[in-house]
This record gives sequence, structure tokens and C-alpha cells, in this order.
Amino acid sequence: MSHAQTAPSPANTQFFDCRDAFADRLEEIAHRDPRVVVVVNDSVGSSKVGGFKKIFPDRLINVGIAEQTMVGLSAGLSNGGMIPFVCAASCFLTARGLEQIKVDLAYSFTNVKLCGMSSGVAYGELGPTHHSIEDLAWLRAIANMTIIVPADPVETAQAVQAAYEHEGPVFLRISRTPVPILYDALAYRFQIGKASTLRDGRDLTIITNGTLVHVALSAAGLLAANGVQARVINMATVKPLDEEAVLSAARETGAILTVEEHSIHGGLGGAVAETVVCHHPVPMRIMGFPEFCPTGSAQFLFEYYHLTPQGIASKAFELMKEKAP
Amino acid sequence: MLTRARLGHTGGDLSVADILTTLYFHILNIDPHYPNDPNRDRLVLSKGHCAGALYTTLAEAGFIPIEELDTFAKPLSRLNGHPNRAKVPGVETNTGPLGHGVPVAVGMALSARLNQANWRTFVITGDGELQEGSNWEAALSAAHYRLDNLTLIVDRNGLQQGDTTENTMHLEPLAEKWRAFGWSVAEVDGHNISELLSTFQNLPLEREKPTCIIAHTHKGQGVSFIQDRVEWHHRVPTEAELALALAELGEVIS
Repeated sequence: MSHAQTAPSPANTQFFDCRDAFADRLEEIAHRDPRVVVVVNDSVGSSKVGGFKKIFPDRLINVGIAEQTMVGLSAGLSNGGMIPFVCAASCFLTARGLEQIKVDLAYSFTNVKLCGMSSGVAYGELGPTHHSIEDLAWLRAIANMTIIVPADPVETAQAVQAAYEHEGPVFLRISRTPVPILYDALAYRFQIGKASTLRDGRDLTIITNGTLVHVALSAAGLLAANGVQARVINMATVKPLDEEAVLSAARETGAILTVEEHSIHGGLGGAVAETVVCHHPVPMRIMGFPEFCPTGSAQFLFEYYHLTPQGIASKAFELMKEKAP
Repeated sequence: MLTRARLGHTGGDLSVADILTTLYFHILNIDPHYPNDPNRDRLVLSKGHCAGALYTTLAEAGFIPIEELDTFAKPLSRLNGHPNRAKVPGVETNTGPLGHGVPVAVGMALSARLNQANWRTFVITGDGELQEGSNWEAALSAAHYRLDNLTLIVDRNGLQQGDTTENTMHLEPLAEKWRAFGWSVAEVDGHNISELLSTFQNLPLEREKPTCIIAHTHKGQGVSFIQDRVEWHHRVPTEAELALALAELGEVIS
């Protein structure tokens, strides 16, 4: 709470592509540490690492359109002492390279950072082949993985830093969907495994991350106008989950709504539900995508699946009715 | 070891044993007392199901105690059915699913290049394993980066789990495929130590090209009732068969 600015008001809010903050911080780190290399599958532009390539041409390794080799080769680079940041569209990186992620990175415990770019439904009209709404589910099941879904440019930059400083495989989910700034860069300190409470409340808790944090904050504003005080938690680390933040929310607010740009199966909602159901069952709802999405822009799809301030608020009201008195 | 565990891959262990022996005892620059030396040569056993042969070699080379081989595949043993680098010193990367070793080895060789280091990378694959597409992705990249510090040894025993490689999915002409992918290729008798040795001592075969050594081998080498028989892919000898096999191998060795 103390680290957050108030929710942005939509009228005068500027929106930013988190890939820029990602690329800037990566270049900064690479200037200081020659072990840092970038590995791509012909995804220089879409990962915004063109600047990195200009500064460090020898440290940008483009394996071509070959995701299994992209991930496996990165494990080998790590064995040789490098710190690879693998940057590719999240849908291809995580699905095509999944066994390499499991065996070469997680089971072999190699120090490789996976940067899943343009995740969620950012590719909109390109359709479900290019949507990455399953990545959290399949990576979350793999031991040794750390999974981070930052919410704004400030948190993205700090997440890149934290991933670099963390020994072991990390998945960073970096969106291209523009988001407002939520955090004060000087006051906020992102820590792996620590949730950040952006708004306090006692009536229910909205647990969210990534591109939908600012939307959930707006929903909380609507709820407050109707006399409901929602706690809003940004759960940027999906794994390891901040179970204490989840259980405090369950105990203190009695109902939990999760909101994420991901399938409703196995993502943040699944992670929260596993904790809640085992340790402190309370009514829950999980908002996200229930199916392969129809044709439409990312913005259209958010509206279609009620991932809007109004849609989240009305789901919160529905959930409130189930709360124990 | 396999007989005691009632688990393992007898045929493939025996086809790769001479290759592993030559590399570990005559070629690789490694130190069992300093297994993580940044300047060590790297060996990746991509055919991870032949962990039995690898563990035996690592034990003989001093990376793990020889007595520990008795724990192979026993509950909580660090000697799993497939090798785990987090537990077994000398193992560079975890393998088991096929088609993982070559991409990882390409990354290793590339990191040596980036660091201007002189250590070399060796990777051993099975032959049936080359049906996995990931090998050919990695083959492109090794040639693209001109990794002449990388040597691939294909354990060409001609058999895979269910049949010959050629009945299952044609690999031939295998040497031509590797040449077409930009590698320098040699074909050797994978059970002739002096031939293996002289090949390994003259690496790279060509400057600026990765090397592929197709080692012609026999699954179950040296044991008449195992050799070249497909059913011995993951069959394990009984006590009686083991005695017979050891007698035959003993004759060969003496």
C-alpha cells in the first residue's frame, strides 16, 4: 500500500509498452556484466532487442526459427558461464520449447532467463495460435521454475533485475499491451515471491497481475463507490506464490476474485485456489479466458470476457453474495 | 549393475562403452577432483538411457565411488535411470528425452567461443535419436557459428527400441546428411580403440566446421546372445545370462 501510487484516472493517463522498460534494463545490466547474452528465434524486433544487438552484436545469438534449439542452446551457454536471456514470443517459446524448459533448464537447474514476449492475447486478431494463455499453467507445474508477471514498466525493469540476480531458471512474462505506471520507481522494491498490496479493503480481495492490475484497481474504485471495499493485490510472482498474502486475504476479507490475462485453468487463479482450498477455504471466482478466443483485438477480447472495470466489479458483487455472513 | 537393478539398457550401454572409455581415459581434459573446472572439456551423453555405461565410466574415472554403482536405480540413489547433473559430479546436463544433447552442446561450444576459451565440447547421440528434429535445428546452428570446437559422435548401432533404424525411419545416407548440413564427417569402427583415438587426436577434422564422427557399433557388443538383437534395447541379463556374458567378455579382454 505504502509503495503504490493511487489508481490512475483513465482520462489523463499515459500508457507504456513494458517491452521498452525490459529492453532498457537488460542493456544496462549487459553493460556491467559481459556474461549476459540474448538468444532469439528471429525475434529481435518483436522482443525490442534491436538496441541490444547494435551495442553488443556478438552477444545477440539468433538461432533462427528453432525454439527447441533456442532453449537447449541457452542451457549450454549457461553451462559455459554465460547468463542467457531468451527472448521470444511467449506462445512459441513456452509451447515449442517446453520439454527443453523442463529438462535442460528446470531439471538441470541452469541459470537461464526466459522472456516470454507479447504474452496473453496481445496478438489479438492473429488468433489462438499466437495467444499465450496457457504458458503460466504449463510452466507452473515444473519444479525449480520461478515465474514473474510484472504489471507496469517500473515493475518490469525491477523484475528483469531480480531475474538476473536470481540463480536458476526464471520465466518473465512481458506484455506488449500498453499499461499505465502504477509504481514509484524510487519507492517500490519488487521482490521475487512477495506480493504487493495496491489497495486495502476488508470486503473481498482481488488478486491479479500483469496487464490487468490497473483494470482491477479501477474496478475497486467502482466497488468503493458502491460501498464495497476491495483489497487489490498485485501477485507479480506466480511461482513461488506469496501464500501468506493469499491466506491473509482469505482470513481477513472472506472472498477472493482472481483476474488474469490467461486461461482460467492453471494460472494465477489456479495457484491461488490451490492455496485457499488447502488452508483456508473461502468463496472464489477466477476471471480470465475460458476457451480459445474468437477473432478480435486484445481490447475487444478483454471486453468480450468482461475483463473490464465494470465486468470485474459485477463479478465481485456476485461473489460477495456467497460470503459467509 | 543392471542385473541387480533389474533395469537398464544393456544393448546401448555396450555399444557406447568403447567410445566413452576412449574419451574419458585418453581425450577429455577433466579432473574428478575439480569436476566444475570452468576450463574442463564438456561431454554430453545425449542418449541418456545409457546412464549405466556413463556411471560405470565416471566411477572408473574417479568421479563417483565404484561401490556406489551397486545403488543404481535403488530408492533415493543419486544414480537414476537417466543422469542428473545436480546429483552426479561429471554429468554436464540432464538427458533422457532424446534430441536434447546436441542443442545444449552447441550452446556449450558457443560459450567457449564467446569467452575465447580453449576447452572443447563432445556430444554422443544414438542413431535412432537422430529422428528427433531438434538435432537438425542444432546441426544448422553449429555449422552457422562454425563451431570447430564441437564434436558429435553418433553411436551408429543400427537398432532402436522396436526394430532397425532403417526399417523404422530411414537415416541413410547419414554421412551425406551431416555433410549437407555443413559438418565435417568421419566414419570409424566404434569398437576399435586405436581408430577412435587417432580420430579424436586429430580434431577438428576441418577448421571452422563442427565434426561429426559416425561410429559404427554393435548393440550388445561382445556378447553373442545380446549383440545386434533388438530385444536387448532395454532387456536386462538374468544372473545366469550375466555369468555367460562376463565369461564371453572376459575371453575377449584376456
